[in-house]
Amino acid sequence: MSPVEMNLEARFDAYVAEEKKIEPKDWMPDAYRKTLIRQISQHAHSEIVGMLPEGNWISRAPSLKRKAILLAKVQDEAGHGLYLYSAAETLGVTRDQMLDDLHTGKAKYSSIFNYPTLTWADMGAVGWLVDGAAIMNQVPLCKCSYGPYARAMVRVCKEESFHQRQGFQVMLNLAQGTPEQKAMAQDALNRWWWPSLMMFGPNDADSPHSAQSMKWNIKRFSNDELRQRFVDMTVPQAELLGLTIPDPDLKWNEARGHYDFGDIQWEEFYNVIKGNGPCNKERLAARVKAHEDGAWVREAANAYAQKQKAKKADATTHAA
Amino acid sequence: MTEGQHLQIILRLGDDALVLGQRLSAWCGHGPILEEDIALSNTALDLIGQARNFYTLASSREDQGRDEDQLAFFRTDKEFQNHLLLEQPNGHFGDTIVRQFFFSAFALERYAFLSRQLVDAEVAGIAAKAVKELQYHWEHAAQWIVRLGDGTTESHEKVQASIDHLWSYTGEFFNADEVDAAGAEAGLLPDLEVMRKAWNASVEACLAQATLTRPEDGWMQRGGKQGIHSEHLSYMLAEMQVLPRTYPDATW
Repeated sequence: MSPVEMNLEARFDAYVAEEKKIEPKDWMPDAYRKTLIRQISQHAHSEIVGMLPEGNWISRAPSLKRKAILLAKVQDEAGHGLYLYSAAETLGVTRDQMLDDLHTGKAKYSSIFNYPTLTWADMGAVGWLVDGAAIMNQVPLCKCSYGPYARAMVRVCKEESFHQRQGFQVMLNLAQGTPEQKAMAQDALNRWWWPSLMMFGPNDADSPHSAQSMKWNIKRFSNDELRQRFVDMTVPQAELLGLTIPDPDLKWNEARGHYDFGDIQWEEFYNVIKGNGPCNKERLAARVKAHEDGAWVREAANAYAQKQKAKKADATTHAA
Repeated sequence: MTEGQHLQIILRLGDDALVLGQRLSAWCGHGPILEEDIALSNTALDLIGQARNFYTLASSREDQGRDEDQLAFFRTDKEFQNHLLLEQPNGHFGDTIVRQFFFSAFALERYAFLSRQLVDAEVAGIAAKAVKELQYHWEHAAQWIVRLGDGTTESHEKVQASIDHLWSYTGEFFNADEVDAAGAEAGLLPDLEVMRKAWNASVEACLAQATLTRPEDGWMQRGGKQGIHSEHLSYMLAEMQVLPRTYPDATW
């Protein structure tokens, strides 16, 4: 590193330490840029892959009101994908490059979306637990040191918080419904609880990128801190629903002022990341198919825009 | 126009909106570009909203204790009276856009009339909101017709084939049965011959701009308005209605 760069990096670190925002045209260390591109694009991919498990129930939503709410919700996720791809583009990567990385398996997305949505109650559980866990992770990002990401997250978090409440409402209706509906709700909680806890990532001791991200004010709280917060928030909500969290080790610890909970099956977590989850192949295949099937449409739009541009240029030439 | 016919007109308006809304919502997560996932979902949401308004109105008029969901989920395909075009499968993006283009040109004119008529103020109220939505649906579809028609050779051929295929489902819009005739005579519905002219003018202007060919008017499919559907509707309803029919005592 040259002396000039050392100086820049020191100034950057000091600037970030003062809680100031880095903007696209500011100097930033390469590693900071790379970390953000990785994180924001993964986040964007998670939003659009995340449309699939919930989109799976739009056609079968059990009432017109529920259909409209679910469709609006999945549409919001597409909007989040757009803000986030745009935020990542400010760092010098294109949406096409990011999509290529997703489609070739180079880029990851949140592993939670590799689980199937098997009943209508999963629409409740996903909103309540998965969006709930996502909010825990995402609210601190509203204060992230990178301005465009932080601003995108303010909007994302507002909508996610609405999603979480609607998910809880679906669960509440089921929990207070017929015995079959209540059983459906319990079954969904059983299947989504542990994968939701895994959404916070590995235990702090095994989290490779955390320390640097904390220093850069990209990450504010550790994985285990956020996971604990989520458990503490969710247990009373499950009690309100009259549902049982599938963890025999879950109990209030007076001394810690937190709930203790059982060990997470990390073997499953790493296997789902590696591609062995129940829906990894389907999810990626659905994204690739949408992209490939849409190629002729995007080409047509580009060709038309080019023709219009040429016509305009021609008209200007003649006018001159 | 009898009370029964009046009710049937409201239900038909709801059925058109719901069937197309259900079809379009399947694009959410599968569009050719993220912006289109959003646009098509928006359109679907508008249509589902329109259907809910018409069903709720029908429910208050018929006095049988059937709410919007009973009308949507507990009627059979024979009882649905949507136009056949709307239940046709999504196909590729061009098929979907052509279906939307043909219907929006029709629905925009129809809602404009419905919003102005003085026979049924509640229908006029629903239509006044819908007409703004349809203006956007029409523009969105028409712009894509132009892009696809005047885009690449491949897109031109594909969308021309969609137009040729779906053309035979457009005659039903203007083929008045006795319910349409009674509605028009009472002043609630537009004269379908007037609608035909307006529709042709909008569609032909856009096709010309898109360098696409308007097919000749040949044999036109019919039957949707009388409950005689294509093979597709029954599958669509089976999927849409599965939960309420499996758990008829549940509320969601």
